[in-house]
Amino acid sequence: MSGRVLVGVKRVIDYAVKIRVKPDHSGVVTDGVKHSMNPFCEIAVEEAVKLKEKKLIKEVVAVSCGPQQVQETIRTALAMGADRGIHVEVSGKDYDNMGPLQVSKIMAALAKKEEAQLVILGKQAIDDDCNQTGQMTAALLDWPQGTFASEVTLEGDKVKVVREIDGGLETIKINTPAVVTADLRLNTPRYATLPNIMKAKKKKIANVKPADLGVDMASRVEVLRVDEPPQRQAGMKVETVEDLVGKLKEAGRI
Amino acid sequence: DITIKIHKLITHTKTRKKLTEQQKEFQLLARKFAREEVVPAAPGYDKSGEYPFPIIKKAWELGLMNSHIPEDCGGMGLSIFDACLITEELAYGCTGVQTAIEANSLGQMPVILAGNDAQKKKYLGRMTEEPLMCAYCVTEPGAGSDVAGIKTRAVKKGDEYIVNGQKMWITNGGKANWYFLLTRTDSDPKCPASKAFTGFIVDADTPGIQVGRKELNMGQRCSDTRGITFEDVRIPKENVLIGEGAGFKIAMGAFDKTRPPVAAGATGLAQRALDEATNYALERKTFGRLIAEHQAVSFLLAEMAMKVELARMAYQRSAWEVDEGRRNTYYASIAKAFAGDIANQVASDAVQIFGGNGFNSEYPVEKLMRDAKIYQIYEGTAQIQRLIIAREHLGKFKK
Repeated sequence: MSGRVLVGVKRVIDYAVKIRVKPDHSGVVTDGVKHSMNPFCEIAVEEAVKLKEKKLIKEVVAVSCGPQQVQETIRTALAMGADRGIHVEVSGKDYDNMGPLQVSKIMAALAKKEEAQLVILGKQAIDDDCNQTGQMTAALLDWPQGTFASEVTLEGDKVKVVREIDGGLETIKINTPAVVTADLRLNTPRYATLPNIMKAKKKKIANVKPADLGVDMASRVEVLRVDEPPQRQAGMKVETVEDLVGKLKEAGRI
Repeated sequence: DITIKIHKLITHTKTRKKLTEQQKEFQLLARKFAREEVVPAAPGYDKSGEYPFPIIKKAWELGLMNSHIPEDCGGMGLSIFDACLITEELAYGCTGVQTAIEANSLGQMPVILAGNDAQKKKYLGRMTEEPLMCAYCVTEPGAGSDVAGIKTRAVKKGDEYIVNGQKMWITNGGKANWYFLLTRTDSDPKCPASKAFTGFIVDADTPGIQVGRKELNMGQRCSDTRGITFEDVRIPKENVLIGEGAGFKIAMGAFDKTRPPVAAGATGLAQRALDEATNYALERKTFGRLIAEHQAVSFLLAEMAMKVELARMAYQRSAWEVDEGRRNTYYASIAKAFAGDIANQVASDAVQIFGGNGFNSEYPVEKLMRDAKIYQIYEGTAQIQRLIIAREHLGKFKK
């Protein structure tokens, strides 16, 4: 086994920012807004770095797709302990329309090129909440997948994954190479230390274009309109259950 | 002459542009740590007065402490500017925690500036190997601003010095692994300050050192401040910095590098006060509108913002000057004096904006007001800073 783990990291609007819809309803305002690494991607990086520290794998490669600014996100992964980075250059309309299908094609191509043993991704991004990239990547590679992982254990050439599912926890064992997506309770991401931030500057980030990987960035999805959720209307209090049923009938709800 | 002045101005404006990528990352790390680890824990430490060692240990592990230690002693050799960025962010979280951390820099600075290789390796090296504290031991019950008036005596006896005296208000006094100690070695009262004092590095476990009780202060209450008594303490001559009589200059020289970070700390407190007051003003309503919409309040906030921005620019200038290799005494004193004064004004105004809630300990601003006061006192009082600024300023005119 190559001992190489590929980790995808996405640059998203920071979770603490108040999102504003653009006046033309084509999307949300991103100019001048604070961005950071998707929290689930942080968890993915942390898991990969932990595997390396346990000497179960040899190299962690952080990948991000987007314009020049995503290099900051890759640097954060490097400061957390990734060994090198790959910046897949996507900008303009291609970036605006980029979704899980395009990213998973890129990840699959890179996984083959880098002979990755594992691909670890966040379960979903907090901007689009798609929860598709990991699954699509596995399907494109015809690799097994362990999604919503709250525990990952390497056992020889297999991976044991404890998955968080609606009914509780499910434990599966899959062959490597495989795709794993990180859920919230998998680990607590570390702070990058100051010395590691300084060391990260010397680590390499390679630049690649989707065309170099044979990936067509054309999107099959067109965003028609983005709106804020409707303002929450005030509710009303009722005295009895009969009143409640009456009001619900009036509102046509039952 | 004019062309040189213009060139300097252009270079200055060009260089003081934005932060470098690395500086931004340092600042982000310190900010994240402060918001996530320090802010929630601060009220508890303020109430109990307990030394915040768990937080200090985490900060040490992340490399947020001891930033001035040179690389050949295991440190990161960061610039004063970088250190200030980190200090402001930590102070935003809690200046009590920040002062405990900053005291390390103050204690280390004489060794960094004046220590020989053996001293640096021994006393700075150990700070990067484990989370240890150190302290700057100069002030006495009878001499604070008047450093030349200290009475702690060191008498040479063979290969040692015997030290007797009393120090007071020593930050990290009860937690330090070693002290920078200033003593009087020349008993002749006519001997000038530039020759009468000697600086030592003293291990805290040396017999004869009596650490006093932890003092109960108005603010920065988790910081450890104590009186320390020296009774026939024997210090080997290897621990003299530079040589006998060189102490005063070393002790004072440290301040040019430590005053900018102290100003940064005061700025961090002021920024916190401004943020808390602004958030409150955008929630609280009186007379049918948000209080931020009343001009009395918005003007207060505007003036608070002015002061915070100017304090930041002042400390950044003073840090940049010394990093460029120039004497920054004038700028360092201006930054420290201004930041200390505005921190008190802004914290008090923040309490005012909170109204009755501001006076109450369940809200965060009364702590800021209590914590701010010391910034007009330690590291050179507001009055001493004015003496220095006047001297430097008038000195430019007397040619």
